[in-house]
Amino acid sequence: MVRALDKTLQENNDGPIVVFEQLRKNYWLGAVELRVLRGIDLTIERGEHVAIMGPSGSGKSTLLNILGCLDRPSGGCYRLGGQEVSQLDDDQLSLIRGARIGFVFQSFNLINQLNVIENIETPMFYQGFSERDSAERAMELARLVGLGDRFKHRPSELSGGEQQRVAIARALANDPLIILADEPTGNLDSASGAEILRILLTLHGQGKTLITVTHDDSIATHAQRIVRLLDGRIKK
Amino acid sequence: MLSFRLKRTLKMGIKNLWMHRLRSTLTTLGVIFGVSSVIAMLAIGEGASRQAQAQIARLGSQNIIIQTVKPPEDQQATGQEQSMLEYGLTYADAERFRDSIPNVQVVVPVRRVSQRAWYRNRKVAVEVVGTVPWHPETSPTHVGMGRFLSSIDMHYKQTVCVVDERVVRELFVFDDPLGQDIKIASDYYRVVGVCSAQEVARDTAAVDSEASRGALGQGGANVGNIYIPLTTVKDRFGEIKVQISGSTGANIEKVELQEIIVKVGALEEVLPTRDILQTLLERFHKKSDYQVVVPLELLRQAKRMTLIFSIVLGSIATISLLVGGIGIMNIMLATISERTREIGIRRALGAKKLDIMVQFLSETLLLTLAGGILGIILGSAVPFLVTHFSRMPTVITGGSLVLAFGISVMVGLFSGLYPAYRAANMDPIESLRHE
Ligand SMILES: Nc1ncnc2c1ncn2[C@@H]1O[C@H](COP(=O)(O)OP(=O)(O)OP(=O)(O)O)[C@@H](O)[C@H]1O
Ligand SMILES: [Mg+2]
Repeated sequence: MVRALDKTLQENNDGPIVVFEQLRKNYWLGAVELRVLRGIDLTIERGEHVAIMGPSGSGKSTLLNILGCLDRPSGGCYRLGGQEVSQLDDDQLSLIRGARIGFVFQSFNLINQLNVIENIETPMFYQGFSERDSAERAMELARLVGLGDRFKHRPSELSGGEQQRVAIARALANDPLIILADEPTGNLDSASGAEILRILLTLHGQGKTLITVTHDDSIATHAQRIVRLLDGRIKK
Repeated sequence: MLSFRLKRTLKMGIKNLWMHRLRSTLTTLGVIFGVSSVIAMLAIGEGASRQAQAQIARLGSQNIIIQTVKPPEDQQATGQEQSMLEYGLTYADAERFRDSIPNVQVVVPVRRVSQRAWYRNRKVAVEVVGTVPWHPETSPTHVGMGRFLSSIDMHYKQTVCVVDERVVRELFVFDDPLGQDIKIASDYYRVVGVCSAQEVARDTAAVDSEASRGALGQGGANVGNIYIPLTTVKDRFGEIKVQISGSTGANIEKVELQEIIVKVGALEEVLPTRDILQTLLERFHKKSDYQVVVPLELLRQAKRMTLIFSIVLGSIATISLLVGGIGIMNIMLATISERTREIGIRRALGAKKLDIMVQFLSETLLLTLAGGILGIILGSAVPFLVTHFSRMPTVITGGSLVLAFGISVMVGLFSGLYPAYRAANMDPIESLRHE
């Protein structure tokens, strides 16, 4: 299973990593249809850094969730690394999320009962890493984000910036192709935010595709491209 | 690879249960009580049936034992007067049994007297059993050394005796008992044989009649049996027993036989023969001065008693397991709604539905297994206490422990599957947005 998907993703090494064609997402609120995404055409190349901006409620998070295979589109076409995502079943989507995508959330979303190392290990654990491999890699990643001395700390014992660094380390655990960050600095002060941005830019510099949702122009200026959403459409 | 997953899942589960230990403990009470009731129930049932089986083996399954009982109405009536009370089984009864019932193989009339036996300077309390040469046919007693009583002994009222191993141990210690003389009352009896001792269970009150408890009122303290020809016993000890009790004066009782053992040819004949015997006895005994014990019936009695325990404990078990299971399901549903966000995070990090399912199901199973283990401990203590206070034997079998584990797993699956299914099928986005 892992092999088959890996192949799908690697065979098309040359094509764009993300292709949206007329992508739509609707929510039903009682009898009213809420059209959140109304036909998005978007192509993102490998290694690109794209910032998604737009006013609140314009559908940025919705778009990012579909990108990360957490949510399914209501219509249109989404190809991830050449693979048509709408044809995949729930287990395959889980596999893609675990192996190919790294999420960084505004509210960190660490698991409170687990310490730093255990949090970073979680995605590896679901991909069937051995205990020793995952422990080694988790420590290596924790050092990479500057938490070499905080292995055993619980999320509640860390500052917001530190928690977000754990989240980035966790996102890197399975060496993903894409890192999706939904307002990664939204809950942080400017100093911690700058540190997080620096780490993300470093990762992009190492070849990761980085897609960031942000309200912050100073972050957006570092992106190679800014996609602006308005009322569910991309503003030209 | 898989073991890391399993280890982590279990570790997470234990951590979470430990975090809410009060809640976990309260939740498992149902399982604890349920499992312990099951174990206690089985232990008591097993104990009762083993006891019955042991009694049957001791008394002989093809035997019908008729025992002399002091008639109840006379117990108060005698009071002050120095009247002689005559009751119990007679030699005539034994004759009648032998002559008028076709299926009877052997009839053994027995007369018991509690006495002290002397050998050199040693003294022990024994039960003198006056019996006939064919006594061994009705009991598992077998003669190890020498011989049993013979018809010549009977005929000439010889002062010979056969002692059981217990008496040998107490009285002779290192001496060879064969050929030695034991002094009982004022006579000497030569030991002609040694037979195996009968297991005297403490709890056979139903079988040991009042009369067989002995004239000296120390029946319980007897170390063993000394078999003497019935004719000799009649001759030497008589049939009249005088009991002097402080305030009421003397009670004089006349009893011919304490016991008649009737052995039939086949198991199926036991109950019909019992009925015939009873009619016969009713005709010749105006007072109810006898009781009929059918060893085979003991099993039925044991089963009846066990059934009552089983119904009581079984209902407790069923109710507490059901309520406990529902309680656990309830708590797991609450846990899942508390941990909705965690579920969303795990899904985002690559957990499949099955992974989430396994996580919560294993947590439930851990809970019920912990309950099962505590239940086994408590359930083992209950039979222990029962045995301690009511002297009812109990046996905890390995099978009942396995069953207890099985029940815990079943309750875990029953109460865990639905919550785990709910958790696994939560929408990842919804869960992530959950506060
Ligand atoms: N599950 C849902 N059911 C109904 N409506 C939803 C649901 N999820 C999102 N929406 C609606 O979709 C619209 C877009 O939401 P989304 O979270 O994508 O906005 P956003 O651009 O990320 O906003 P913000 O900048 O505030 O995070 C909102 O109007 C929201 O109310
Ligand atoms: Mg948003």
